[in-house]
Amino acid sequence: MTTTTAPPELESQPGRLNRLREALAIVFSSRTAVVGLAIVIFWLAIGVISLFWTPYPPNAQLFDPNLPPSAVNVMGTDHLGRDTWSRIMAGTQVVLLKTRLATDPRVVIPGGVAIWGVIGAVLVGGLLGVNAGYRGGAADQVIMQVLDAFIAFPVIVLYLVIVTALGRGDVIVILAITVTGAPGVARLVRGLTMDIKTHDYIRAAETRGESKWYVMLWETLPNARGPILVDAMLRVGYAIFAIGTLGFLGLGLPPPDPDWGSMVNDARKYIYSNPLAILWPSLAIATLVIGVNLFADGLREEITRYQR
Amino acid sequence: MLDVRNLTVGYRTRKTVVEALRGVSFDLQRGEALGIVGESGCGKSTLGWSVVNFLGANGFIREGSIRFEGEDLVGRSDQELQQLRGNRIAMVFQDPMQSLNPSLRLGEQMREVLTYHQQMSTEEATTRCIQALERVHMPDAAGVLDRYPHQISGGQQQRVVIAMALLNNPSLLIMDEPTTALDVTVEAAVLDLVAELRRTMDTAIIFISHNLGVIARICDRVAVMYAGEVVEQATVQQIFHAPQHPYTQGLIRCVPRLGADKTSSVLYPIPGRVPRPDERPDGCLFSTRCQYVQERCRHELPALRQMPGNAWVRCHFAEEIDPAEWTPPPDAEIAPQTPPPANAERLLCGEHLKKYYRVPGTSLASLFGLGEKKFVKAVDDVSFVVRKGTTLGIVGESGSGKSTLVKSIIGLESIDGGVLEFMGVDVRGDLSKRTLETIRELQMVFQNPDSTMNPAYTVGQQIARPLERFKTVPRGQVRDEVVRLLRAVRLNRTYYDRFPRQLSGGEKQRVGIARALASHPDLVLCDEPVSALDVSVQAAILNLLLEVQHENNTTMIFIAHDLSVVRFIADDVAVMYLGQLVESGPVDAIYAPPHHPYTEALLSAVPVPDPNANSTRVRLEGNAPSAINPPSGCRFHTRCPRRVLMPDGGKRCETEAPMNQDAGDGHVILCHLPLEVLRHLESGVMQAGM
Repeated sequence: MTTTTAPPELESQPGRLNRLREALAIVFSSRTAVVGLAIVIFWLAIGVISLFWTPYPPNAQLFDPNLPPSAVNVMGTDHLGRDTWSRIMAGTQVVLLKTRLATDPRVVIPGGVAIWGVIGAVLVGGLLGVNAGYRGGAADQVIMQVLDAFIAFPVIVLYLVIVTALGRGDVIVILAITVTGAPGVARLVRGLTMDIKTHDYIRAAETRGESKWYVMLWETLPNARGPILVDAMLRVGYAIFAIGTLGFLGLGLPPPDPDWGSMVNDARKYIYSNPLAILWPSLAIATLVIGVNLFADGLREEITRYQR
Repeated sequence: MLDVRNLTVGYRTRKTVVEALRGVSFDLQRGEALGIVGESGCGKSTLGWSVVNFLGANGFIREGSIRFEGEDLVGRSDQELQQLRGNRIAMVFQDPMQSLNPSLRLGEQMREVLTYHQQMSTEEATTRCIQALERVHMPDAAGVLDRYPHQISGGQQQRVVIAMALLNNPSLLIMDEPTTALDVTVEAAVLDLVAELRRTMDTAIIFISHNLGVIARICDRVAVMYAGEVVEQATVQQIFHAPQHPYTQGLIRCVPRLGADKTSSVLYPIPGRVPRPDERPDGCLFSTRCQYVQERCRHELPALRQMPGNAWVRCHFAEEIDPAEWTPPPDAEIAPQTPPPANAERLLCGEHLKKYYRVPGTSLASLFGLGEKKFVKAVDDVSFVVRKGTTLGIVGESGSGKSTLVKSIIGLESIDGGVLEFMGVDVRGDLSKRTLETIRELQMVFQNPDSTMNPAYTVGQQIARPLERFKTVPRGQVRDEVVRLLRAVRLNRTYYDRFPRQLSGGEKQRVGIARALASHPDLVLCDEPVSALDVSVQAAILNLLLEVQHENNTTMIFIAHDLSVVRFIADDVAVMYLGQLVESGPVDAIYAPPHHPYTEALLSAVPVPDPNANSTRVRLEGNAPSAINPPSGCRFHTRCPRRVLMPDGGKRCETEAPMNQDAGDGHVILCHLPLEVLRHLESGVMQAGM
């Protein structure tokens, strides 16, 4: 084959930088994804800033309770006299940026509860799904029947069962998100695997005598990463929503650190005297979920446009 | 009747407009058949679609005119074109199953053509449909109208599609690869039909195909397309006997002939590949691959000029190029000529192999495991021997069990009965029961270039993996060894870091071969490795396989449905029908009488790239029967055209399974007919091929 036409150095070095640029080009070719990304970056930035600076300490009761918005308190104050804007800012942390491992608030790992929950769901669901899809037969039957049984429960019931059984805490919420998310991921990955399985490169690996785990982890999963990534993005949205729901039910992340769901729940009791207090955390949840969803949708559109 | 002038068609993409056709001109008389050939990506199908302005959402006609029966078709509204399509212009596509609606009875679909375009009454339409089906020799024409598409065979589906296209007596019929999806015996029957329709009707035909043999059988004139341009247009005789454009000459040189084996002929591939629309050269489009290229070709686009004898050629130097004086370029990939080693040791030996697949029953009893057990006998009582350093070719129609046989040998399936020994080791079990030593000695090259490589890894990583796994070379030398393997398949080291999506089909297939060779296997199984490739690339891959075999003394099993390819590459050939070997032996013996009647039918069905070829017509009826309930006695008796030669008209064939007859020199035929009778059957195969 002649290779004289193409400059070989350029094409032969795909490099990490080029691949990153390629990935960014995909994002920027979709307006939806760009809007979504902007919203997500906005909240990420708010979260990072809140790590170092908030207008007032988020947990300090410095003002009168239930103040309306003013020049001093941009969003007013809550029922304990804490600055709402500071609490909204700090509330981003636990969703996106940090997870408290124990009751001691200083033991934290990076990555928010929503992020870890989704990572857990993708890991568990992905492994189950690829096994079901690749092995087929009895393994497929058993795995999918069990997961279907999980899907049969309303999500909220599962949350309640897990939290009542295991108590409160960031790790428990992560576990709840994992358990409720894994069956969906498994279904997706199983479908992708059954398609990828038919390709000749899987036969080539098998005729090399590769182990089943090698074929599943190294030959199959890398080709399923696009759809899995998009699904994970969407799931981050669901997870944020789930955290809000749990907080609202009073089962969510433990106090005193601010959590949007609990803020909605607290403000609900004073809705007649201070109606705006319920709006701010609701808006925060809504915008972040919409942002993540727009990003995922735009990404999916662009990725599937390239597939053929 | 049809006059296309200077047609330029573009497709809008995200970045730019891609020109799929550039300045294409041709005309078509009433009743004439124009063949359009070229490699994939040359704009053949786009040309067919643009005539009816059916280019999809992003395609549009940029320039030029299409005059059909005196009217200009460019710029017509969709509604007018819709009236035209199906009424005066009809199209037949490649896959009949996609042209027919699976949820409607054939009668409803066919009648709709008439009731929509001609406001005909249903009764009248039904009579017309039956007439049309009879014209395409459909058995039980009236009954077929009540059936659904899946209830008739692929060849019959294509007949229905053709009948449907002819319902309104169109003046122009556009056929886009109408036989490519069909088996060779079915293809032959459909081509017979098209040839017959041409004689009896005055419909003009545009026949698009990549297969030169098919074109030679059907067409009066041929337009050769290259990268969106017509490079040569002439009568079929001129194209095949005195091609003037270097591309046409190259195409004809790289097709294996049915009569040619590897010791007597050489395939000359065209170097390089068709340039993508965005990297087309400035001057002559073929200049990047042309052996006669001169400075002028690189800058100046040649015009389509008229040559003596009403041929049109797009080449500056057409007069000066004499194909008779052609010599292969020094760096051409030409296979070394080696006679097969005599009396080589046995490498692989199978005796009475069986592979049955269980079919789930449909009755209530079988739901509880009580029903009658049914099996597909995919491979049934097959025996063969492969000697070291030789190539065994396996041919047969789809469903004959050739792929299952190869899967069993490589170990993707276990074997249900019989003996299979590889270098004295029992390899009846599947891969999980084989040692790593055995696994590394058996490797495989796959059919589909688009799925043979894992899109997530670079070429280098994929070839390195078997090296690491089998520890062929020490860890530190893996990279060097990969580069060496790449060079062995004629790819340079810049391919190391490329991803599969950056490669062409032929390049991917080369990488697939390099990967199979990485463990230095003794036996390489090739499952239709060239059937998805263009002819020019196919020639290069075949030569590469022969070269690899020559250098490493590799043994090969080569599956193909193309009998010319098998003749070119194989030393021994096995012909399979419904899970059985009906004939096997050395390649020369298989392609010369005596033939098994099935082999004879296969051979006479091969379209020969020569318009003067005059093969005796032995045609098979219908499709192969189901392997769940194979016919009793001789499995071929339901379709056998030679059964009438049996003394009692073939009663014995229905009841008694035939025994293998030895025709000498390892040539074995599974048939009741005495060898003497088979030997004297007139075979049109040899005269056609030579």
